[in-house]
Amino acid sequence: MIKAILIFNNHGKPRLSKFYEHYNEDIEQQIIRETFHLVSKRDENVCNFLEGGMLIGGSDYKLIYRHYATLYFVFCVDSSESELGILDLIQVFVETLDKCFENVCELDLIFHVDKVHNILAEMVMGGMVLETNMNEIITQVDAQNKMEKSEVRLTLPVHYFYLSVYQAGQVDTGRYCRSACSCRISCKEHEPPGNAQKHQHW
Amino acid sequence: MALKIVKGSIDRMFDKNLQDLVRGIRNHKEDEAKYISTCIDEIKQELKQDNIAVKANAVCKLTYLQMLGYDVSWAAFNIVEVMSSSKFTYKRIGYLAASQCFHESTDVIMLTTNQIRKDLSSPNQYDTGVALTGLSCFVTPDLARDLANDIMTLMSHTKPYIRKKAVLIMYKVFLKYPESLRPAFPRLKEKLEDPDPGVQSAAVNVICELARRNPKNYLSLAPLFFKLMTSSTNNWVLIKIIKLFGALTPLEPRLGKKLIEPLTNLIHSTSAMSLLYECVNTVIAVLISLSSGMPNHSASIQLCVQKLRILIEDSDQNCEPSVNACMKYLGLLAMSKILKTHPKSVQSHKDLILQCLDDKDESIRLRALDLLYGMVSKKNLMEIVKKLMLHVDKAEGTTYRDELLTKIIDICSQSNYQYITNFEWYISILVELTRLEGTRHGHLIASQMLDVAIRVKAIRVFAVAQMATLLDNAHLLTGNVQRKGICEVLYAAAWICGEFSEHLDNPTQTLEAMLRPKVATLPGHIQAVYVQNAAKLFATILKSQEGNTDSTAAQETSQLMIDRLPLFVQSANLEVQERASCILQLVKYIQKLQQKDVEIAEEVIALFAGELNPVAPKAQKKVPVPEGLDLDAWINEPPSESESEDEQPRAIFAKEEPKHSRPRHTEVDEKELAKRREARKQEQANNPFYIKSSPSSQKVYQEAPGVEHIPVVQIDLSVPLKVPVFCPTGLPMSDQYVKLEEERRQKDKAEKKKKEKKKRKEKRSGRGKRHDSGPESEEDITPAHMVDIVTEEMPENALPSDDDDKDPNDPHKALDIDLDNLMEMAGRRPLADSEKLPVRSHRAAEVLKSPAQDGDAESAVSQETKKKSSKEKREKKKDKDRDRKKSKEDKKKKKKKHKSEEKGEDLLGGQEDGPVGQSEETSEVAAQPTSTTAEEAATVAAAEAAPVSELASGTAPDSEPDEPKDTETEETKSSKHKKKKQKKEKEEKEKKKKKKHHHHHHHSDGGGEESVQNGTVEEEEPLPPMSNYCLLAENSYIKMMMEDADQVNDIQGNLQDGSQVVVSVIFENKCDSFLKSMEFNVLDSLNSKLQRPEGSGPHDGLTVPFQLPPGVSNEARFVFTMQSIIMPQKLKGTLTFIVKNEDSSTHEKLDFKLHFTCTSYLITTPCYSDAFAKLLESGDLKCSSVKLEGVVMPFHHLLARICFRHHFSVVERIDSCASMYSRSIQDHHVCLLVKTSGQTVSIDAKCDEPTLLGNVLDEIKQTFSQC
Repeated sequence: MIKAILIFNNHGKPRLSKFYEHYNEDIEQQIIRETFHLVSKRDENVCNFLEGGMLIGGSDYKLIYRHYATLYFVFCVDSSESELGILDLIQVFVETLDKCFENVCELDLIFHVDKVHNILAEMVMGGMVLETNMNEIITQVDAQNKMEKSEVRLTLPVHYFYLSVYQAGQVDTGRYCRSACSCRISCKEHEPPGNAQKHQHW
Repeated sequence: MALKIVKGSIDRMFDKNLQDLVRGIRNHKEDEAKYISTCIDEIKQELKQDNIAVKANAVCKLTYLQMLGYDVSWAAFNIVEVMSSSKFTYKRIGYLAASQCFHESTDVIMLTTNQIRKDLSSPNQYDTGVALTGLSCFVTPDLARDLANDIMTLMSHTKPYIRKKAVLIMYKVFLKYPESLRPAFPRLKEKLEDPDPGVQSAAVNVICELARRNPKNYLSLAPLFFKLMTSSTNNWVLIKIIKLFGALTPLEPRLGKKLIEPLTNLIHSTSAMSLLYECVNTVIAVLISLSSGMPNHSASIQLCVQKLRILIEDSDQNCEPSVNACMKYLGLLAMSKILKTHPKSVQSHKDLILQCLDDKDESIRLRALDLLYGMVSKKNLMEIVKKLMLHVDKAEGTTYRDELLTKIIDICSQSNYQYITNFEWYISILVELTRLEGTRHGHLIASQMLDVAIRVKAIRVFAVAQMATLLDNAHLLTGNVQRKGICEVLYAAAWICGEFSEHLDNPTQTLEAMLRPKVATLPGHIQAVYVQNAAKLFATILKSQEGNTDSTAAQETSQLMIDRLPLFVQSANLEVQERASCILQLVKYIQKLQQKDVEIAEEVIALFAGELNPVAPKAQKKVPVPEGLDLDAWINEPPSESESEDEQPRAIFAKEEPKHSRPRHTEVDEKELAKRREARKQEQANNPFYIKSSPSSQKVYQEAPGVEHIPVVQIDLSVPLKVPVFCPTGLPMSDQYVKLEEERRQKDKAEKKKKEKKKRKEKRSGRGKRHDSGPESEEDITPAHMVDIVTEEMPENALPSDDDDKDPNDPHKALDIDLDNLMEMAGRRPLADSEKLPVRSHRAAEVLKSPAQDGDAESAVSQETKKKSSKEKREKKKDKDRDRKKSKEDKKKKKKKHKSEEKGEDLLGGQEDGPVGQSEETSEVAAQPTSTTAEEAATVAAAEAAPVSELASGTAPDSEPDEPKDTETEETKSSKHKKKKQKKEKEEKEKKKKKKHHHHHHHSDGGGEESVQNGTVEEEEPLPPMSNYCLLAENSYIKMMMEDADQVNDIQGNLQDGSQVVVSVIFENKCDSFLKSMEFNVLDSLNSKLQRPEGSGPHDGLTVPFQLPPGVSNEARFVFTMQSIIMPQKLKGTLTFIVKNEDSSTHEKLDFKLHFTCTSYLITTPCYSDAFAKLLESGDLKCSSVKLEGVVMPFHHLLARICFRHHFSVVERIDSCASMYSRSIQDHHVCLLVKTSGQTVSIDAKCDEPTLLGNVLDEIKQTFSQC
């Protein structure tokens, strides 16, 4: 079983957290912090497994992580999972993200954490590995995105209706209008180049 | 694309989306918390709006904030709202949010049951998928129980995408609702051979998880897995299977033997390191499980070790270095497993493992250390420890160095110092370890020193000398603040010097060292030991000096004590103070006596006479309780509760009051106590295990063999035992001992050889050869000290420890369910009736029809009641059920023959499905309702989807407060009685009578009196699971049940005003033959059409995607497209199928009529009262009303019935008046105002479509006219 999947950057900022067992928010944050401290102080070329008692799990659990450029991908698993298998799975996950986001970088994860969740949901379900075949994962993710798009097209008239209501003066829309003009959907190109570090491994 | 952009900017007009939120947070780094709190306020505003898109957006943002650590549970209800959106986009957002923040104690989770069920049966596979994924994260016992059957059905879904998710989620369901394991298992097993690799992998995954916890229940699956292992090419599946075998082999060694070959093949052939590693691991597990006396497996061991060696030493240039490190780590991990059973084969790779100690990766070094622990022998211990000592010097990080230190001590002390041949060497190692700066393990070293000094008598002389040096140089240990941990060593040093002071070379010097003023800076407990042992030393010195003629020396010593001790008397530490002042007085007294020239040394020394024996750590616990002693009984009656509460404050604040019971007791028992004390003393004297200062304990030592004849003398000659001054930088002393030890061994060897030669000359036997030819074997090394290791004392009759009990809270314990007999009988009726999954109400219709299954419902009742009882009870019950089931099964077998004959006739007649009981109990019960023929029951069921009787009795306490309770208690009683093996038959008969009564009652319930289970539906309580399955058609072969088409989907809504209705039909095979090639066809009308796959003609039938073995039922869904929904529709249809017997197969046909009521076009939609009011005010709605006479049921039952049967939701209820709302699939609003007075119910209704309204009202009227 996988107990948790965490993605955080080199500074310990969480980019995705998926716990397959319930913890309250404070403990979740504590786990993320502790995991970051454990993982970040390790050298680049040392082995990717970490044992030992921590907040999550106990002695049966291992942390299996990989470090890609600015991001750490950490899986917390118990002894029923094969360590090397999980390492492969992390690789598959990252490659899938790369395919879905076209040259993924940290910014993609920052702004589209929901999409990352959706991709992850096709790989791991309730702590168990659902699918390891990248093509299959991508097919399913694409199909769902397509469905979403078709729905967006359909819902347009409704929005139009609401727009007219709002313009009738019920809500002050000025603020949002301005922001809407200044930047559209968070494209990578619009971000300051300093942040746009691409991952070397991909 | 253009549209999307437009839409995006429109969205932005009125709310921030997730990206804006993220950007905003990034732009407000300084006042992030403040910014987020304003965002949360905005989100709260957004959630108040009616637009689902806005809500979904808000929920999406909340999900992000949850990741940042904000509690978003307050929005749980909104999340449920978003989940129930019909749009996939929003649904997905909702489920994601739910999966992130729902948990068992989230109360709104109860509201989701029906929504999830709806999504699970959605024709859109992604709706189902999203629901399954979400559910996997927040499934609760209730959800698991209610949805288990739906998920079971999904396991045979046509789409592999759904199948694999459904299979996987079953594990979660099992965990939460263990009762579902047995009924679901056959299907799960089936899925192991699913054509889709993904589904197969999921099934393997689930079974592996299950088997890991309770392997013995899954042994019978081994052949199947074996087949999979040899046929599968999916590495992921292979790994799982191989891991599973690793868990199974310890239970079944024969399995292991079979596994070795294919596993070795895999090891040779695979290129995947992960698979190779797991193979090696399992081979190791196999070899461990096999008895070690299997010579032909040494090859496998060799292979494993060899492969592991490659893992460890080979660094693949193509791989990342970190991955190589991983291999190394895993290699070492696996090695340590081999080590336990085959240490020899690992020991030959000592070089490699020692190399790993130099690795820069700490976890690899730690693994290597673990391995070393098991690899030491008498021969190589010194070498290995020497190497480790080098690492101790090199190691910088204190944690790793501490780890090294503990490992060194562990390695040396393992199994009672088994591998140590030279304790002088070991003591010097310990002394060297004291040089470590900043270690936390000073106490560990100290306890080792104490242990060795106490238990190895021969080493005491040496140890005392070393400790004296340590004490002398104590300033080196204590000088630095960082060395706090290490000064613990002084505790040991002081004690050893004091206790064995007779061995001291220069006791006066040591005494002086112990009484230095600097000692006062040490921790209190160490000072205390110092003071105490100074006294011991003093006694020894006194004794040695008393013989001398010159008495001044002795007096000087006393004076020294008197001078120095006051320092300790002033100590803040109580222990030190007390001891010091006590001893000070003593010394002063002694001094007085000395001045009178009285010889007192003997008496002083008597103070400290006697020796201490080591006692086993658990000895105290293991003392058996003597007969007749009840430890739980009160010695004195405890003071009453109130008294004890009062007592404490009184003791502090109250004036001296005469104390109550306690002191009195002691007074009274004074004599008795004295007697007891005497008896105890007597007993202690006779008890050899009581530690006392009698000479008897010393005997133990004297009798121990070998103390006298130790070759210490030899060493004494070569090594100056007056050890050089403790020197932190000089050559480590231990090295000298290593050299010496080697010399000694060679000498020994030479001597032995000589002896052997002699022997050989004497006896020319071949035996001697063996000794000579082999390399120096373990036994050849004689220890330098006969280690007089005093075994720890244990009381007589001590029991072996049995402390390792399983955690009683482990959820997997509940899954320890025997599945074997289940599988043997697979295909028939493997499950006890009580074990069937709780199903929705369509099963109740079955219940009515075939009374044989009444038992089903009955036992379900008991299950329901079980639910409410505590877990323990539930487990007990399970046992009971099992008992019961057994007896039932026996009976069943007997009756089966009879049954099949009878049934055959019945079926031909196509009418009465007679009262074929499965047990006496149920047959009796069944006798009553037989009067209803199957057909009658069917029509009744069709008209009124009968409520589940289990729920009726379980959940409707307020409607029929007496009778259902009765049933419950009766039920529980009955199970008890069963357990007692029907001792009280009379009682049982009575009970049965009662039960008959109940059954009758339930039956008429179903017949249309009142829908009881809805009785519980109060405003806030969730609806119990139910649905509207009704009989569609049946013949002797098959029965079709249809669910009211309440499923609506406009996802693909490219039809402008059309909508789709989904009908689920349950096909149940009633005959003994196999049914296959089922085709479902409907004559389309102008208004409604069956959706057929593209390319097929308008009259083609739809193939039902499954076949039915005998007795099996399955569910299929058909989608209909409706043009107009304002009128009820009837569609004629046919089902054709092939009945396959062993020898023949016949084509059969079944006609049916699908009835789409207007109700079925309504969707239960929640509505707020303010929105409802607005809707009514809007004036667009047409009015209509209806009056129902003679309705005799409580008002809330009536409401619940409308909700349940006609898909309404209650908006508001005030006394005997309620407003209700529903929406049609084409967005017609239907509003009801229901009022009741006496037996008259008036319903005022409003709807924007009068025809629809009229029809709905007619249907409602019909529903109640049947009452």
